[in-house]
Amino acid sequence: MIMKKEDINSNPDPRIIAFVCNWCTYSGADLAGTGRMKYSDNVRIIKLPCSGRIDPLFIVEAFKKGARGVLVSGCHPGDCHYTSGNYHSRRKYAAFRDLLGFLGIDLNRVEFSWISASEGNKWVSVVNEFTEKIKSLEDSSTDIFRK
Amino acid sequence: MARIGVFVCWCGSNIAGTVDVAKVAEEASKIPGVVCAVDYKYMCSDPGQNSLRKMIREQKLTGLVLAACSPHMHENTFRRAAVKEGLNPYFVEIANIREQVSWVHEDKERATQKAIDLTKMMVEKVKKDRPIEDVKVPLTKRALVIGGGIAGIQAALDTANGGVQVILVEKEPSIGGRMIQLDETFPTLDCSSCIMTPKMVEVRQHPNIKLYTYSEIEDISGYIGNFKIKIKKKTRSVLEKDCTGCGECWNACPMHKNVKSEFNADMSERTAIYVPFPQAVPLIPVLDRSACLHYKKGGKCQKCFDACGPKCIDFGLRDEIIEEEVGAIIAATGYDLMDNSLYGEYGYGKYKDVVSGLQFERLLSASGPTEGVIRRPSDGKTPQTIVFIQCVGSRDPEKGVPYCSKVCCMYTAKHAKLFAHKVRDSQSYVFYIDIRATGKGYEEFVRSAMEQDGAVYLRGRVSRIYEDNGKLIVKGADTLSGTQVEIAADMVVLATGVIPKKDSDRLARMLGISYDKYGFFTESHPKLRPTESSTAGIFLAGMAQGPRDIPESVVSGSAAASKVLGLFSKSEYEVEGTIANVNEATCVACFYCQRVCAYHAITGKEIKDRNGNIVKVVANVNPGLCTGCGACVSACFSKSIDVKGFMDDQIYAEIKSLGV
Repeated sequence: MIMKKEDINSNPDPRIIAFVCNWCTYSGADLAGTGRMKYSDNVRIIKLPCSGRIDPLFIVEAFKKGARGVLVSGCHPGDCHYTSGNYHSRRKYAAFRDLLGFLGIDLNRVEFSWISASEGNKWVSVVNEFTEKIKSLEDSSTDIFRK
Repeated sequence: MARIGVFVCWCGSNIAGTVDVAKVAEEASKIPGVVCAVDYKYMCSDPGQNSLRKMIREQKLTGLVLAACSPHMHENTFRRAAVKEGLNPYFVEIANIREQVSWVHEDKERATQKAIDLTKMMVEKVKKDRPIEDVKVPLTKRALVIGGGIAGIQAALDTANGGVQVILVEKEPSIGGRMIQLDETFPTLDCSSCIMTPKMVEVRQHPNIKLYTYSEIEDISGYIGNFKIKIKKKTRSVLEKDCTGCGECWNACPMHKNVKSEFNADMSERTAIYVPFPQAVPLIPVLDRSACLHYKKGGKCQKCFDACGPKCIDFGLRDEIIEEEVGAIIAATGYDLMDNSLYGEYGYGKYKDVVSGLQFERLLSASGPTEGVIRRPSDGKTPQTIVFIQCVGSRDPEKGVPYCSKVCCMYTAKHAKLFAHKVRDSQSYVFYIDIRATGKGYEEFVRSAMEQDGAVYLRGRVSRIYEDNGKLIVKGADTLSGTQVEIAADMVVLATGVIPKKDSDRLARMLGISYDKYGFFTESHPKLRPTESSTAGIFLAGMAQGPRDIPESVVSGSAAASKVLGLFSKSEYEVEGTIANVNEATCVACFYCQRVCAYHAITGKEIKDRNGNIVKVVANVNPGLCTGCGACVSACFSKSIDVKGFMDDQIYAEIKSLGV
């Protein structure tokens, strides 16, 4: 993974990419909007049909392209619109975390959360807390790599 | 070369109040491939759509990005507008700058920047869009209904009356289900068999209904429009064509005290060759081989055979497997009752006069073991005092199930009323937690049980029941008066909780539909798609979905039928084209995709050379089953499968556009 030199500086306005499923988390974020709940604006959502569609390589690619944090979110276990996509996602992520660690990426920069279509407030708090965490990591380290 | 148009919507002040829409349009116009970028007050309005259509025409646009509200709101609106101008609908992408930007952020400059980012992202995505055609699947216009209770019967009749051939499969020897076991029905007290038997006969005589009773589903394969069904028709040991239902066989059977009658909820005995009840449809007996002396004693007894006039008993008949093809399935498998013996304190199974609600129903019924005279099981005397206990198993997360069984409040009130009508000067007591009487005329019905028929309702639980001097002593709490009560009763009736039919989970797995932790089939959407299962072409009805009463079951049966008729009203079934697609050149046939597919949509396909030799096997997606979830895509090692509309290169383009 080649990082450009300027990427390795601390970023006071870190970019966060969220990979979310269409049915639960995307709708949950819509609900936060409908409810006019305010939250941190560092996050950019990429919509996918299901969290099971999320290829772990998307996460690597996001970091490669300069994301300072990656959020992955789908339906709660048992609620998947596609019956079991979120279970595949969870299993894949459990295995992938180790690989991310092996690559040297600070695992604090990857967040995995279940957010349903009715949990606009959870979306807000997950985004806010994760943004705060990434910002504090930016203060303490200038690298997405683990120290 | 892509010619992309970007349309930034103000949504009045909803977006324009927080986002500098003109700047978003200006920045978007600088993106390579974007040939026009405009902002407009309301893109979804008719003038807005007309300007969009005009722009497609004039600028010869190949793709559109709408920076507007959530795609869940107006994606279809804009897609339809694009289709009218001859564009493929999937060349329209939405950058959600209202729900994700203007409504949730306050700093105008930063919100504008985010809106620009999201717009760029979608421009990059739309550049890599490919036309997607909806897929057409042929339909076999016949329906299978599983379960011949009131929900299944209603579904079968409505479907058949709509001109569609129906195959109705019932596990028991007769259709009728639970409803035919009931005596009278709340809240009108009309007799259940009086309203049910005409429907059963109608099913039997309907030219469009093929009835398989005493049969089970053995296997189901295929997908919407094209299901293949294997039905196991268990043998009755009777030649059905010749049987007249005269009854000589069961009258001759010597085994008349050995088997509990399932229909009478174990309150009476039946013979080895039997019909479950006199109005059974079809009126053809079943020889229960586990109870029959002929099989037990090596063929010695053949009294039924001797008695049979048309000689239609054949001890050697075997189960048959029948194959049918259908285009849609309605699952209406109904319910069972919980095991009362979980509640040792109530003494069910220990004291004969503690019975379940269904057993009491049989005692009330004119076709029941006591011919409608209420006589208690222990000594046959007519009880003067009956205690009814509600919520036995229901609403009890510790020992039973947490949900409400929905019908018990009403049938207990009905039992109390019928008891009062049948036994003069009798007294009933009802222990309840809450009264849930929410249907039409239901609250009035419960009131009348209390006020006209003198049932005493006690809010509280029963702690213990024991026998003393021929009476059942019921000890419980009356929480409204804060006192302990002790009632000497002649009989106790337990309003037992409802659970899914045994083996419903097995059927659900065979059908490929989802079910909840209790085993009830789950709807595609609990509110907006309550009739559809999670699998296309399979619909749900009746108590198999969860507790409901007769009117609701009938409604759900009709609803399922209307869904089937709607599906069959077209010549072919159209599936949204956003489904998985295999690159056969690179597929290495590892079939990891098949393992993660929840819809069994992936099978192997043989690629042959011109001489017919198999060159290789590749994964193949069945468009009728695929839902486009994309689980297969992220499982594929050789990157040979992709899901249209969310292709890998599109996602990577989106990520790249966000690069700093």
